[in-house]
Amino acid sequence: MAEVTLVEAVNLALARAMEDDPDVVVLGEDVGINGGVFRATVGLQTRFGPERVLDTPLAELLISGLCVGMAAQGLKPVGEIQFMGFLYPCIDQLVNHASRIRNRTQGRLTCPMVLRTPHGAGIRAPEHHSESTEAMLAHIPGLRVVIPSSPERAYGLLLAAIRDPDPVVFLEPTRIYRAAKGEVEDNGEALPLDVAFILREGRDITLISWGAMLKETMAAAEALAAEGIAAEVIDLATLKPYDEVTVLGSIAKTGRCVIVHEATRTGGFGAEIAALIAERGLTSLLAPVARVTGYDTVIPMARLEQKFMPSVGRIVAAARKACQFS
Amino acid sequence: MASKKMADGGLPVIARFEVRHRNYLAPDGSINRPLPAFASDASLLASLYRAMVLLRNFDRKAVALQRTGRLGTYAVSLGQEAVSVGIASAMREEDVLLPSYRDNGALIWRGVKLEEILLFWGGDERGNQFSGPVQDFPFCVPVGSQAPHAAGVAYAFKLRKQPRVAVCMFGDGATSKGDVYEAMNFAGVHKLPVVFVATNNQWAISVPLRLQTASETLAQKAIAAGFIGEQVDGSDVVAVRAAAEDAIAAARDGQGPRFIEALTYRLGDHTTSDDASRYRPEEEVQARWKEEPIARLRAFLANQKIWSKADEEQLAAECHERVEAAVERYLAAEPREAETMFDHLYADLPEVYVAQRRQLAGEGDG
Repeated sequence: MAEVTLVEAVNLALARAMEDDPDVVVLGEDVGINGGVFRATVGLQTRFGPERVLDTPLAELLISGLCVGMAAQGLKPVGEIQFMGFLYPCIDQLVNHASRIRNRTQGRLTCPMVLRTPHGAGIRAPEHHSESTEAMLAHIPGLRVVIPSSPERAYGLLLAAIRDPDPVVFLEPTRIYRAAKGEVEDNGEALPLDVAFILREGRDITLISWGAMLKETMAAAEALAAEGIAAEVIDLATLKPYDEVTVLGSIAKTGRCVIVHEATRTGGFGAEIAALIAERGLTSLLAPVARVTGYDTVIPMARLEQKFMPSVGRIVAAARKACQFS
Repeated sequence: MASKKMADGGLPVIARFEVRHRNYLAPDGSINRPLPAFASDASLLASLYRAMVLLRNFDRKAVALQRTGRLGTYAVSLGQEAVSVGIASAMREEDVLLPSYRDNGALIWRGVKLEEILLFWGGDERGNQFSGPVQDFPFCVPVGSQAPHAAGVAYAFKLRKQPRVAVCMFGDGATSKGDVYEAMNFAGVHKLPVVFVATNNQWAISVPLRLQTASETLAQKAIAAGFIGEQVDGSDVVAVRAAAEDAIAAARDGQGPRFIEALTYRLGDHTTSDDASRYRPEEEVQARWKEEPIARLRAFLANQKIWSKADEEQLAAECHERVEAAVERYLAAEPREAETMFDHLYADLPEVYVAQRRQLAGEGDG
C-alpha cells in the first residue's frame, strides 16, 4: 500500500470513480490542465479528456447549477469550488434545487451530484479562503455534508459521495491536505456515509470533532491520557445526517463531552450535538457539555488566525474542567 | 458580424451586431410577410389556437378557484398565451423543457394534465410528478435559477451525443440575474444544444422594463454570450413557433445555443396575490388588449376560412368540459398522509429521520 496525502487520496478517488463509471464528470475552475489549485484533479484531464474534466468559466453559481442539470440527466457531476468562501453563490442552487429536486418532483428527477470544496482556516490564505460554515449547509434538508479527516476516509467517503444517489457537499480540510498522510489502498472500496468513526476509545470523556480539527483533538486526547484521563474521540465525518447513535452511545459510556470545531460558536454544529445530548442523553451526563470553537468573529487573516482556532491547550482545559466537575 | 471600418474620430470599428425582429401576423390578423412552411397546415394552426384558448379558459377557472379559497397563489398567462404554446409546439418529445412558473401553456402542450397543474398550485408536490415527458423540469420559482440547469442538461446531451435540445423559459426580470448570463455564457463557449426563451411581458411584478435594463432589446444579451439573439412578436404565435423551430433545429444540428426574446404583454396581474392597477395605467392595458394573441390568430384563421363561428362554439364547450372535469379530479385528489413529506427527501431515508417520520405518522417516539 502506498502512503499518500489527503489531497492525493481525493485525486485517487476521483480517478477511480471516473474509471469505473463513464457518467462521472469533474468540473470546476482550473480543474483541467492545471489540476486544480490544490492539485486534487491533477492528471485527470489527460486521462479522461476535456469533456469529462471540464474547465468552467469563473462562475460558481453556474458550477452548482450545471451539476443540477447534469445530475437530472443521470450524469454524476463532481463540481469543485476553489475555496469555501466562494461557495456562497452556490447556496441558492443547493437550497432551492439540488437538495429538493427529488422531493419537489416526488422522485421523478434526482440529483446525484457532489460539490467539493476546501474547508477551514490555518493555511495563511487571503481573506475569504478560510471559511468554516458547514453548519449552514448541514441545515439544508435533503443534502449530505461530509468532511473527511484522513487520506483513508477522504478516499472512501468521496467514493461513497459520488456513488450516492443524492447531492453531497464534500468539505476537504485544507489545513491537512498535505499534512495528513496515510496508507490508502486504491481498491475502489467506499466507506459508509452517515456514520461516525471512533478514532480512539476511552471511558472518561467523549471528544467530538470533524475535519482538520481532529488533529488537535487527537493531540489533546494524548495529553489527557498522560494525566490519566481516557478520552474517546469521535470523527463525526458526516454532519448531515449525523450519527446520533454513536454520539449518544459514547455519552452513555463516558458521561462527559467536549465538542470541538473551528467554526464560529453561535449556531455552529456543536450546538446541535449539545442539544441532542441534552434531549436524549441528559441522564448520562456527569458534567455540562462543553464546546471549544472559533470565536463569533469574522475569521481573521493570517496574523491572528491561530488565535481564533481551537488549540490543543483549549481542548485539554475544557476536558479537564469537565472531568473535575462535581 | 464584425467589420473593420473607420468610425468618427478615426478609431476602427471592430464589431457590429444586429438583432432581427420577426412578425407574420398583424394585430388585426392580416399577414405582414410570407408565412413559414408549417402555416400551410391548417390543422396545426387550429391546434395552436385550441391550446391558447384552453389555456385562457384554464387560467380563468384557476383564478376563480383561488378567489374561492380552493387554490393557492396562481400565475396567469393572460395575453402571453402565444409564447408558451408556440415554443412548446416546436419541441420534440425527447427534448427537455425547463419552465418558469408562468409557462402552463408549454406544460399542457407537452402532456401535463390540468389537474396536475392545479395540484401544484394547490400546494401538493404530486403536481410536479406530472404526466409530461419524464425528464422535463418542474416550474421554477426562484427567477432564472433554472438557466444553469438547462446548460447542464444540454451538456449531458452533448456529452452523450444525443440529438436533443434543452429549452429554458424565463421572464424579462430573469435576464437581470447573473444566473441567466452565466448559463448563456457557458452554453456559448461549448456550443450547447439549448434555446433560451425570455418572455418579455414588460413587467417584473411592478418594475417596468425600462427599470430592468437599459438594453434596447433583451435579444442582444445573447451577443455578449457569443450567439444569435432574435426578437419575435410574442403575441404572434406563428412568429413564436417559427423562431422556436429555427432555433431548436439549429441547436439540434450542433450549431449551438440561441436566444429568443418574445415581446408580449402581461394583461393580467403578476399572480393572484398581485394588484397590477397599483402600478400600471389602465389605458396601457386597454391598448395592449388590441394586440393580444388569441383574437389575432382567430382573425387570421377566420380570414383563411379555416375557423368558423361553429368551431368557436364547439371549442368553448370542449374547453369548459375539459377544465371542469380536471377541477373535479383535482378537488377529489386523496389527501397525502403527513409522513409522506419524508418519502422523497433522500433515495433512502437516513435512519436518524425515521423517528421524525414516525412522529408525523402519529406513532409517538419524540
